[in-house]
Amino acid sequence: MNFKTTIGLEVHVELKTNSKIFSPSPVEFGDDPNANTNVIDWGYPGVLPTTNKGVVKSGIMAALALHAQVEPHTHFDRKNYFYPDNPKAYQITQSDKPIAHDGWIEIDVDGEKKRIGIAEMHIEEDAGKNTHERDYSYVDLNRQGTPLIEIVSKPEIASPDEAYAYLEALRQRIQFTGISDVKMEEGSMRVDVNISIRPEGQKKFGTKTELKNLNSFNYVRKGLAFEEQRQQRVLMSGGQIQQETRRFDETTGQTILMRVKEGSDDYRYFPEPDLPALNISDEWVNEIGAEMPEMPGSRRLRYVNELGLTDYDAMVVTQTKEMADFFDETVKLGADPKSAANYLQGDVNAFLNEQHADLQDTQLTPANLAGMINLITDGTISSKMAKKVFKAITQGKEPKAFVEEKGLVQLSDPAQLQPIIDAVLADNQQSVDDFNNGKDRAVGYLVGQIMKQTHGKANPQVVNKLLIASLKK
Amino acid sequence: MASRIDQDQVQHVASLAKLSLNDDQLKYFTTQLDEIIGLFETLNEVDTDGIEPTSSVSDQINVMREDVADNWGQRDALLANAPESEKGYIRVPTIIDESEDE
Repeated sequence: MNFKTTIGLEVHVELKTNSKIFSPSPVEFGDDPNANTNVIDWGYPGVLPTTNKGVVKSGIMAALALHAQVEPHTHFDRKNYFYPDNPKAYQITQSDKPIAHDGWIEIDVDGEKKRIGIAEMHIEEDAGKNTHERDYSYVDLNRQGTPLIEIVSKPEIASPDEAYAYLEALRQRIQFTGISDVKMEEGSMRVDVNISIRPEGQKKFGTKTELKNLNSFNYVRKGLAFEEQRQQRVLMSGGQIQQETRRFDETTGQTILMRVKEGSDDYRYFPEPDLPALNISDEWVNEIGAEMPEMPGSRRLRYVNELGLTDYDAMVVTQTKEMADFFDETVKLGADPKSAANYLQGDVNAFLNEQHADLQDTQLTPANLAGMINLITDGTISSKMAKKVFKAITQGKEPKAFVEEKGLVQLSDPAQLQPIIDAVLADNQQSVDDFNNGKDRAVGYLVGQIMKQTHGKANPQVVNKLLIASLKK
Repeated sequence: MASRIDQDQVQHVASLAKLSLNDDQLKYFTTQLDEIIGLFETLNEVDTDGIEPTSSVSDQINVMREDVADNWGQRDALLANAPESEKGYIRVPTIIDESEDE
């Protein structure tokens, strides 16, 4: 029997606004517990939350980035549940009129393009954080009220690979808007997934299971793949899928039953009475649209069509907005685009991985990278010397000054190189004889000797040309 | 008296609020809640024909503040009001994680 898989993803994205969604407390990570809280965050009686305009704006930006329709008349709702990380006993979220609906993202799986629909997206507040110890649990409300956008896909994802591609594309588009860091490892992007299968030809969706503890895109893919197989085994052996929540086990790659869902959740949603409704004008949406940063897809096209990068290079350079901005700036300062792309995906990426740093947190600047590339292009330094210069620019040094200070200027003048070549040839008659006897390898040895004499400063292309000419004399 | 709410529903609402009620309390609150719902039925007498549903009874719209952080420095006062605190945290009985939410 063949089965069709249906996957739905709910993605929470934490916004990096200055202040919380309904209170002016700062949004900061790593501060002392409860340092960034006030009476509103604690849900004291009589306090009045006020909507942060920056959050609504971020919501509109996300909607535009995901081709969604912004809802002109939107409001907040209360979702009631009782848990110690949530002092009000309700979360302010959006239920019946979310900020945007009906979007899509294009994904590419093995060269095949597909649009995945987005059902709706809403803005809401995050809860606090609990830590559990043996005798007590501890509550830190710093995260309480941090703004989130939840993005709910349509059930149009048909495989674990498509889910992975959807998450990649979603992360990238949101990252380019600049509204969030969208990092799974830091919790600024969180993913809930559900998956069901049904026999080919059956219209009705199968019973779905929900997966938790998916801390990376890779675990999402692995967890879904395992779950797809498990559900098939159950159905093939005549069993039934239960509506349940399962936990992904990172060490075994399997999903483990956490709990069976009994009945539907009872959150008793109702319109939030403390917050006036929002009317979002076309004018505001257009204004935000005009300021939107260029999205990765359009940048890739530009890099390929106007700058002559390969598809692959363009894809790598647009991995993050910071990288793409850095590339744009470097090229604007006169660097050869192909070299700039090569350096970004080669030495720069290696440096960032080694430092575990993001580009914007290092001392590398587009001006210094462009300066170095220009020195290579005009023949002042060799690409071998550039290794040293690269190290210097990662420490914030200006390449031209560094090259002059270290005397790293490439020797390209034939009038200076010829006497050195002559001397080396005179000292190495054996190699000259070898060359005359047809052993081309002798050339490599002689070049090495010349480089040694010049302390690596000789321009290899010029040396090669002069050497061959001298040998053939 | 036509029953507007039954004991099962009251029991359900109580468990959502993590309240445990004994049989007497259950009976007592069922009667009381039934009367409260009865009072709301008065509202059904209002003629709402041709009136559009709304999510709000306020005529305010688009009340927003600029995204500017302001720390009110209330942490110590708030923690002093918490039943128990330790090292800046609110201390609560050990939670067995059964949350449906993240």
